[in-house]
Amino acid sequence: MLKRALRAAGLAAACGVAFWGQPSRAGDDTIKIGYIDPFSGPNAAGGDAILKQLQFIVDYIDNKGGPLGKKFELVTFDDKQQPAEALIALKSITDQHIPFVMSCVGSNIGAALINAVNKHNERNPDNRVLLLNCGQLATELTNEQCSFWHFRFPGNVAMRAVGRIKSLPKTVKTVYLLNQDYLFGQSIEHDTKKYLAEYRPDIKIAADEFIPLMQVKDFTPYIAKIKASGAQSLLTSNYGPDLNLLIKAGVDSGLNIRYDTYLGHTIGAVRAIDGYGDGRLTSVMEDHENIPVEEHNAEAEEFFKKWRATHDFMFFYVPGLTQFEMMTRAINTAGSTDAVKVALALEGMHQKDLFGADNIMRKEDHQLLMPYYEAVLTKNVKYDVEKTGLGWKTEYKTTVADETLPTTCKMKRPAS
Amino acid sequence: MQILLGSLLNGLIYGMLLFMLASGLTLIFSMMGVLNFAHASIYMLGAYFAYDVSRYISFWAGLIIAPLACGLIGAAIEVWGLRRCHRSGHAAELLFTFGLVFIIQRLVMMVWGTLPVPYQVPGSLNFTLFALYGQNFPAYRGFMLLVSAGMLLTTWLVLKKTRIGLIIQAALTHPNMVAALGHDVPLVFTIVFAGGCALAGLAGVIGGNYFTTDSGMADALGPIVFVVVVFGGLGSLVGCFIASITMGLVQTFAVTANGSISSLFAPLGFDLGGDTLLGEILTLPIARIGPLLPYILMILILFFRPRGLMGTRDA
Repeated sequence: MLKRALRAAGLAAACGVAFWGQPSRAGDDTIKIGYIDPFSGPNAAGGDAILKQLQFIVDYIDNKGGPLGKKFELVTFDDKQQPAEALIALKSITDQHIPFVMSCVGSNIGAALINAVNKHNERNPDNRVLLLNCGQLATELTNEQCSFWHFRFPGNVAMRAVGRIKSLPKTVKTVYLLNQDYLFGQSIEHDTKKYLAEYRPDIKIAADEFIPLMQVKDFTPYIAKIKASGAQSLLTSNYGPDLNLLIKAGVDSGLNIRYDTYLGHTIGAVRAIDGYGDGRLTSVMEDHENIPVEEHNAEAEEFFKKWRATHDFMFFYVPGLTQFEMMTRAINTAGSTDAVKVALALEGMHQKDLFGADNIMRKEDHQLLMPYYEAVLTKNVKYDVEKTGLGWKTEYKTTVADETLPTTCKMKRPAS
Repeated sequence: MQILLGSLLNGLIYGMLLFMLASGLTLIFSMMGVLNFAHASIYMLGAYFAYDVSRYISFWAGLIIAPLACGLIGAAIEVWGLRRCHRSGHAAELLFTFGLVFIIQRLVMMVWGTLPVPYQVPGSLNFTLFALYGQNFPAYRGFMLLVSAGMLLTTWLVLKKTRIGLIIQAALTHPNMVAALGHDVPLVFTIVFAGGCALAGLAGVIGGNYFTTDSGMADALGPIVFVVVVFGGLGSLVGCFIASITMGLVQTFAVTANGSISSLFAPLGFDLGGDTLLGEILTLPIARIGPLLPYILMILILFFRPRGLMGTRDA
């Protein structure tokens, strides 16, 4: 009995020693970025898609010349889209003295991380981190919850809502709002209604619906309600399975409606709607693969072609490219990865994005300002999406001036 | 009217799927007193097996092979796992099945990856059966209804009309007497456990391509199955059936309900709104708290009738 217990204990100890990871040391020949996103669970495909694009971007930047002659390195952490898990990952990142934390999915995760990073940086002035927001879009994160340590690179909900509402055709008179019941969806609902009232008071909101996040598998009852409402346009910010299954249910039921989405250009939606989406699916995005054709930009077209050669979904993450180019310049200017120095270098920085537009990292709220494209899914374009034969075609474009919206941020700046 | 009929059909189908899962669990719970936490994980395995079989052979072969495989796995779990734990009491059995949940999930992620797999509805069933008030009713849903109804009928027939069903029913309430009469009661237990797992596997085959097949599907469906079992009562398949249909209808109709709890009381003159926390919850539209309703029902039944709707045995 005792011998068996001793043997078991010995085996356990041996396993523990064998798999004990050595903490990484800062100052090696790479600049590490702790990347927290869902890689398992219902939205695993989303996290995976973004990771692939980020790796492509990092390779591209490293080939051009990384910051301080070193290469960027992504250290991934799975948060299963749960704030509690993200905070555990943050602890691991700070324990390993990694200077940058990046997270793209889930505004509730973003809010939790901003809070945690604020507290951590205040208590550990010698081990500060910068929080790079690569996709958590709720406007509140650069309004009420703004933080000196937080930088947001994709446009926030308010910026996207401006593009979304201004691009709705004059023939649309009734819309059905459907969003996910958490910080992001509520932010969208708030800003959509605000800008509808401001730019399109002629539009009537047939219904204002929330669904629980990543839980609904069968959208047929919702489709029945949408059909009964008689709305011409389904205005939704759903993403991941919440969007793909919604579209699938809509197509299966033969619902004849416009899908005016906020995130229909992210992975899976086009494949879900397929031929049915021709002329019906629209989205507001930072980029699509036909923009270089429309704007006669050969360099951008080459960039996308290189991506298409090895991937079967659209590169929808141009702000990520802008982000890493800005980070490279900021680290070079700062001469180190010190959080305060890099942050001061990033504030107010101008950067030309892939299409040559002048993006500005606004100092007041650390929100990157950029133009938005509203596009419709259609045939007869040069580059199709997810091998469906349908691709995006720009219908409307906003300018940086359009997207420079007021902010309520009252940022607390650090003493040093 | 169209929403009512549509929701009725959808609620029925979802309820039947829940019944397929919950019936196996209730049988196992009633007979062996062990709460099989891993039941939803077997459902997940059934879906993944069906995906693999449908890729190399066909969906119809998967319909036969996947439940059989799940039944065999269930038998293995019972013979080599639960029987040993039985000596150490109920807590040990519980912990064992709880641990199985994590092991099965990690194995699934290791073998099939963390991303959802493209388990599709078979082409032969991918058409519209009929149009109900302008909304198309896919044939696959009709197929789901058919399979679950057939499974319900078969289970009832086996339990009520065959000799082995007689022995199983007797072993449910008087295992010692049945053993004294010379029947191999441990074998009966193994058959029941394997049968329950096969039912879960069949539910996985049907449901996996209609919902999504990913590594989190056990966590998504697990809790609601337990609610159904508790609500319906232990030892009663009829209670389980009523509970599953009720839960399916409640969750489906909640989506289309246009009021809130406080609006139910408004005609009586009570104003349940207000700035308090309770006031906020009561004024939320029912559609937003839809997923909560089954759990609220479970709490209510535990309050007023702890042995469930038609329970015949205390836990």
